Parts: sequence; structure tokens; C-alpha cells
Amino acid sequence: MKLWKKASRIALAALLVAGLAAGCGGGEKKSADTGKEIVIGVNAELTGNVANYGKSMLSGFELAVEEANKAGGIDGKKIKVVTADNKSEPSESGNAATKLVTQNKVVAVVGPAVSGCVAAEEPVLTANKIPLIAPCATAPGITLDKDGKTKQFVFRACFIDPYQGDIMAQFASKDLKVKKVAILHDSSSDYSKGLAQVFTKVFTAAGGTITADEAFLSKDVDFKASLTKIKATNPEAIYIPGYYEEVAKIIKQAREIGLNCPLMGSDGWDSPKLVEIAGKEATNKGYFTNAYTAEDTDPGVQKFVKAYQGKFNKVPDVFAMEGYNAGLVLFNAIKTAKSTDGVKIAEAMAKTKDLQVANGKFSYDEKHNPITTALIIEMKDGKMTLNKKIGG
Amino acid sequence: MESGFLQQLVQQLINGISLGSIYALIALGYTMIYGILKLINFAHGDIYMLGAYIGFVCTSVLKLSFLPALVISMIGAALAGIIIERVAYKPMRNAPRIAILITAIGVSFFLENVMILFASPQPRTFPAVFTATVYHVGSWVVNSQQIVILVSALVLMVALTYIVNQTKAGKAMRAVSFDADAARLMGIDIDSTISMTFALGSALAAAGGVLVGIYYNSIDPLMGMVPGIKAFVAAVLGGIGIIPGAMLGGLILGVVEALVSGFISSTFRDAAAFAILIIILLFKPQGLMGKNIREKV
Repeated sequence: MKLWKKASRIALAALLVAGLAAGCGGGEKKSADTGKEIVIGVNAELTGNVANYGKSMLSGFELAVEEANKAGGIDGKKIKVVTADNKSEPSESGNAATKLVTQNKVVAVVGPAVSGCVAAEEPVLTANKIPLIAPCATAPGITLDKDGKTKQFVFRACFIDPYQGDIMAQFASKDLKVKKVAILHDSSSDYSKGLAQVFTKVFTAAGGTITADEAFLSKDVDFKASLTKIKATNPEAIYIPGYYEEVAKIIKQAREIGLNCPLMGSDGWDSPKLVEIAGKEATNKGYFTNAYTAEDTDPGVQKFVKAYQGKFNKVPDVFAMEGYNAGLVLFNAIKTAKSTDGVKIAEAMAKTKDLQVANGKFSYDEKHNPITTALIIEMKDGKMTLNKKIGG
Repeated sequence: MESGFLQQLVQQLINGISLGSIYALIALGYTMIYGILKLINFAHGDIYMLGAYIGFVCTSVLKLSFLPALVISMIGAALAGIIIERVAYKPMRNAPRIAILITAIGVSFFLENVMILFASPQPRTFPAVFTATVYHVGSWVVNSQQIVILVSALVLMVALTYIVNQTKAGKAMRAVSFDADAARLMGIDIDSTISMTFALGSALAAAGGVLVGIYYNSIDPLMGMVPGIKAFVAAVLGGIGIIPGAMLGGLILGVVEALVSGFISSTFRDAAAFAILIIILLFKPQGLMGKNIREKV
């Protein structure tokens, strides 16, 4: 008996040591061979609360890589992807970026999906002069430094928060014709706070009033107290910028306490889980801003949707499309730079103009923000339908 | 205006009580385990998550209805509780208190990450086992799910009180909690009594998990973290180790949270919950229902 115990302990210790050794070895093996291939890192949310976004973004990017490699790669060099999981946490995002740069020697980084994680990885990449393209990070601040100057190595492939808030505020006053709106935002997310601010500014300037501005924290599950308070102010619509996990529960609970007015939101709503959790009926009269919908009949969009479905056997969401676009923009930059030097890639990327991407033409403004299309999506019996197309 | 205020107040009380009864269910397990082992079982919130997942499998895969799903998940979680105690805590029984506390945190991380590994980190949609009917009582809104939560919680609490106060096993539990060594000398099987306590506490947490799954429609592997901490506050508030205290603490916490978000600001909700913990620890560390026992020096 005693012997067995001892033996099992030794076996356990050996297993642990072996695990450690394997962990270290795995990292080194992947170091780049810059001669034959171009190594690009993806820092993505593969686990954690926004894993849906990170995984979609990665799938979209992988599709772009596959297509580029089929067409012969970049100047004959194949593209190789190395992924790192940031667990949806900013602190882990910095570590993931360090690993990609120091161990995998990547020439550029795609991701992470959400702004908080991008902000956390940016210092690591800038210090190493590695360009990053964040496919779906919408916070305006990430491409700018403290003095408002554009960061040399930071790019994005989506529209920015103020733009979304602005569009929704105009839609509320012009199309929905509402005058009194309540706001329920996520005070633990810069994204949600930013949207709420811009919405308030634009909506009040258009003559509307904000009846209540309530807050919640991500991971909250009970919103009835805040919703009851909002209901007492009799709003004609509620603006809920946030991510689907909380928003779905908010929509469900709002309808349960008898708030039947239109609900408006942002691209964080875009997930099939929204309807699954909230229920088909509850999401009716729901409107949100987004860059894309698979329902769009535009031939470019449909071509992308087909290719994605062929590879992953599911309908791509907006994060997949933005991951795909980020790939196209990055490969184009490496091609025109004729180099894998970070400074030259960043230089070429900033000059991107009228590049054909999945949902239209793509150019950068001087703040490294793309000039691209925005849509208003309306929820109808659980389906996301295109209500209005703006710009692009 | 006056009637508007009253109307809001009652509605917020309804919201608060339904939230509070869930805190109470989880807090009961905390308090029972603390009472018997003097251990803050930080893995308790994750047992609640485990229960929700078992309930999810029962309702969505096995297509069971509410009651069988609730019972199976309570049994499953009870077994998990017993196994965790045997594997992780029993070998540490004579170790310093801090070592066993750290073990509990380890078990918590273990459960969360194993669930992430097997069930993916994405939230799951809990199937609607019964449709939510909304009742309008005057101008107040009550949801049938809120009523089910409240009734289930009450039934379980009554059952627990009966087990602890009226049965032989309950008597053994109280004896072990009072003085484990003396109880052993009297011929009480300490190990099985502790297992029983873990089983009961875990079953209650699992019931809470299933009810929350039905109520909020979504579950995820990290769902136990915040409710676990809140339930801990509730247990301390009522007086840790005291069963009626946990029920009272849970309800007070739920109501305070609803009132604070309703009448002050939702951003202060968690601050209020933890401020209560601090105030209680400062002025009445033995909790609302705790007796003032002088420590022997």
C-alpha cells in the first residue's frame, strides 16, 4: 500500500515535469523560418467571455490566409499562422503578444477582437516595431496616443464606436421618430460607455431627451431593478450598447416586466445566442448598428459568405468578415511593402486605398480608421434583416 | 408621484426577493460547511455551476421536465460534493486552516477550467422547461418563474430545517459542528456526517443553479464566481454557521441590491453589497443572528 502511494507520487511528479518540458519545447519549435514563409500571429479570444468573437475573427482570417496561399502566397512565400489565446483578458493579451513576438518571431499580429485586449497588447508590439491590425476593436482611442497622434503600428478593420453611436442616434430621431430614450450601458466596458456618450450627444443635439442613464457590469445576470427604474421614466425606446451575453438577458427581462418599446444596440448584439437566450418574440422591435449581415445581397458579400460556408460549414458573422478583411488589408500591405520589415509594412498599410474587401471598398483615414459601410439591422422573428445601409 | 414611488418600491421588493432567495440557497451550503468544518468552501459557487450544467443536460439532452431535472442535478451535485470533500479536503483535515482554504480555491479553479475544457467557455441556452407567464397584479408585474424560484427555495429551506433539527443525521451534524472531538467520543461517525453536510449543501447549490438557469436562460462555466462571493457575503451577514442566518442574509442582500439599483444607482449595487459585509465585520462580526461568544484565550 505504502509502496503504491510512493510510486503513484513519483509517477505524478514525472508527469508534471514532462508536461512542463513539452510546454516549453512546443514554443521554440515554432520559431520562424523567414526565408520560405511569412509568419503572422493571431492574438485571439479563444476562451473566456467573448470567445465567440475571437473564434469567428480567427476563422475569417484563416479563410483569407487559405485563399492567399492558394493564389501562391505573397511573392511566392506561404503565409503561416500562429495563434495565441488571450482568454478574453487584457492581462493575458499582453502575455500572448509577448509570446508571439519573442518566441514565434511574427512579422505582424492580427487581433485581438475587443478593444480592451488590443490596448493591452499594443505597447509590446510598438516596442518591437511589429504592426498590428485589430479586425473588430471599435474604441476610438486604440489607434491614438495620449496627445491624439496616430500610433504608427496600430490599425483596425472596422468602424469606430462614435460612428455607431452617431448612426443609431440619427436613426432613432429620424427613422424611429422617438423623442425620449433611456440608456442602459455596461460601465465595465469602454466600448459601451463610449457608445452611450456619443449617442447622448448626438441624440440630444437632434432635440431628444435622455430619460435615464443606467449602468450594469459585465457578467451581471439580473437587470430587473434597473429596468424597473427605466420603465418608470416612460421612454419611447431604450439604447443598450453592449455584448450579447448581457444584452440577451436584458431584452428578455425588459419584455417580462412589460417594456415593449423599441430596443436599440450596437454590433456587440451580433450573435445567434442573442435570439436563443432572449427568445424570438422578445427581440422583435430590436435594432442595432453593424458593418455587415449575411442577408446582404451585395455580390461581394455573398461570395465571401459562400467561401466561408464551404470551409467552416456555418454562416459567417461580422467578426469573421472583419477578420477576413484584416487579412486582405495586411497581405496587400506586405505585398506593396515588398518586405517583412514592420516599419515598411505599417507605412504601406497606412496608404491602403480603395482595396476591394468582402463588403465593399476599404481605405484608411489619417487616424488608421477605415472608411467603410454601416448597416442598421432590424430583428424580425429571430432573423436579422437589413433595414438601412449607410455610407460605403 | 407618491403612489408612483410606492409602486416602484413594491416592484423592486419583488425583484429583490426573487434574487435574494437564490443567494439564500447558495449561502445555506456555505454556512453548513463552515459550521461543521470551519472551512470557507470557495468551490461552492462552482458546485452551483455544476448543478446548472447537470440540469442543462437533463432538460436539453434527456428532455426531462423541471422536477426530475432538479432532483437529478441535486443528486449529481451531492455526489460531486462528497467526492470533492473526500479527495481534496479530507486529507487536509489536520492541516493549518490556511492550507485547506487554499485547497478550496484550487478546487474552484479546477472545476471552472474542467468545465471550460469539456463544455466550452461559451454560454449555453437553458431550454424553457415551462413558459414564463407574466401576471399583472394591479400595476405590479410578477413572473411565474419568480414564483417557482421563491416556492422551490422555500420548500428546500423548510426541508433542510427539518433534516437538521428533527432527524438523527441532523442531530449528528449539529453535534459535530458543536464539538467534533466530543462527538467522536460519543460514537458519531464524523466522516460520514461531514460527507452528509457536503451532500446537502451541494444539493442546495445545485438547486439554485438549475433555478437560475431557468430564470435567466443562460449558463456558463464561470457563472458561479459572482453569486459564490455574494452568497458568502449573505452567509457572513446572517452569521456564518447559522442556518436561518443564511436565509435571512440572502434575502436582505437581494433586496438591498434591488433597492440600491432602483433608487440610487445601479453602479452602486455591488458596492452596497460589499459595504454591508464591511459594516457587519466591523460592528457585529458574528453576524445578524450570531450569538456573541467570547473566544477562549
